[in-house]
Amino acid sequence: MRKQLCDALVARATKSEMVFLTGDLGFMALEPLQETLGQRFINAGVAEQNMVSVAAGLARQGFEVWVYSIAPFCYARPFEQIRNDITFHNLPVKLIGNGGGYGYGVMGPTHHAIEDYGVLLTLPDMSVFVPVFDEDMEAVIARAGASSRPAYIRMGRGEPPNGYTVPAYAPWRQLTCGSGPVVIAVGPLAGTYIDAFEQLPVEYRPNFWVVTELPIEQNPLPTELANQIEKSSSLCVAEEHVRHGGFGSDLLLYLAEKNIAVRRFRHLYARAHHFERYGSQNFLRRQSALDVDSMLAILKNFSTPEGSQHD
Amino acid sequence: MIGIMGIKTKLAAEDFFAARKRLLQMHFDSGVGHIGGNLSALDAMLIVFHEYLGAEDKFVLSKGHSAGALYTALWSLGRLQDQDLKLFHKDNTLLAGHPPAKGVADIPFATGSLGHGLSLAAGTALAFQLKGNGAQVFCLTSDGEWQEGSTWEALIFACHHRLSNLTVLVDHNNLQGFGSTSEVASMSPLWDRLKGFDAYLQIIDGHNPDAIRAALEGESQRLRIIILRTVKGHGVSFMENRMEWHYLPLSEAQFKMAIEEIEGSHKC
Repeated sequence: MRKQLCDALVARATKSEMVFLTGDLGFMALEPLQETLGQRFINAGVAEQNMVSVAAGLARQGFEVWVYSIAPFCYARPFEQIRNDITFHNLPVKLIGNGGGYGYGVMGPTHHAIEDYGVLLTLPDMSVFVPVFDEDMEAVIARAGASSRPAYIRMGRGEPPNGYTVPAYAPWRQLTCGSGPVVIAVGPLAGTYIDAFEQLPVEYRPNFWVVTELPIEQNPLPTELANQIEKSSSLCVAEEHVRHGGFGSDLLLYLAEKNIAVRRFRHLYARAHHFERYGSQNFLRRQSALDVDSMLAILKNFSTPEGSQHD
Repeated sequence: MIGIMGIKTKLAAEDFFAARKRLLQMHFDSGVGHIGGNLSALDAMLIVFHEYLGAEDKFVLSKGHSAGALYTALWSLGRLQDQDLKLFHKDNTLLAGHPPAKGVADIPFATGSLGHGLSLAAGTALAFQLKGNGAQVFCLTSDGEWQEGSTWEALIFACHHRLSNLTVLVDHNNLQGFGSTSEVASMSPLWDRLKGFDAYLQIIDGHNPDAIRAALEGESQRLRIIILRTVKGHGVSFMENRMEWHYLPLSEAQFKMAIEEIEGSHKC
């Protein structure tokens, strides 16, 4: 997604009030943006706390400020600066974290970001974008840039099946239709399930949705999705994020407040920051039972009468 | 230089005394401490606000626990009123124990967690440079605050970007929350640590108005750092250089004694 990010920001760089700050990252990716922005492209160095507060200072004077780093360095190290300096003043600084979830794979847990949007959504007025496909970046940058709220963009890598036609961007998108349970995934993880779901017989195939914008308070469920949940009463949520503070709990609160009953619920989530062994993003997804086989086992279990109550 | 009210107003000795009394009155009325570090910072803040801060300029109080001195300086300019100060630290006030995020136009940022202000000031100064509007930024830090790593991050950034429109004032009163700065985390003297940076460093008596003015008029091709050698609790003898006045509120007897001392020294 970094190329698409760079292209989208270069297109936006004609705005004289735009400033981009990076925490010494972007080699072999952001050079065109650096060239386009000139002195408004600032390498703030390996000093993320300062970078975020500087961003707040610039935004306070009317600049449109984008901040870029590897995801955990973007939100975890400077969390107090985001809280106090950006959100307490409702400044529309846009934080871009590359490698969300287990995106940095075998690089290890210091580089993973599996509690990022949960933590950030505890802050006032914060918006989160989790683009699903590379093609989403243009719309995500446009929507985040147009928003008066602070925002965090969790970047990953688009993982659509080969030959897949990526649907036009929308905060909620239905990716497969069927008579099975409802499945909702957050961000790029959704792409890993599409092929397997499409191969299921229609009576078992889920109504599969992907969400890109959080929290639900700012991006309520489409009526069609709410109706499907009400009708099916079987729901599975998959997210590359820890259980606490994740999308799953936010969704269940929303459904409870709307009096939409869910009889069977399963949650696939990032189970640990590190396991006994290190490995790729896909390895870590398997360790967390976020992989496609684990998902299919859940769906199979949903299809039995007593099903998921005992697994 | 044009002051925030649009007129350069050179302060007289009685202005400093009046502000000191009003600060103590406000803290006494509210039963609130943090007086020592307010008294050490007040003189420089008054001079900056009255004599140097233009309409487009910004002042960032990084040592947010000296909010009382900030409110008093704004009161002395007529930007806050007596009725505002009467609510200091009380329910439904704009004037919290640390500078508020909203409601007071002359306060650009909520501060109070140390180590944020210099970065915020650097971002503001960079914004002014990008705009080319010539506006200045003043930032007041404490001396203990230089134990925060983020303050050094900000210093590196400000020097590297040659933020010549940024002036850092350090209220160097030698005392912090639970000891002297040299006992807790010695960098003494702080200015020796700062000398290695590409900044214009001045070390002055932080209670000498003419010395403060001269420092503020100094070279401005680089980041300007002014170490204000100050006395915690300045102007009230029983408070001076005593750590407990980082926290304690005034009793009625202490308040009367402090006011009498200030009035007595003014008459002299």
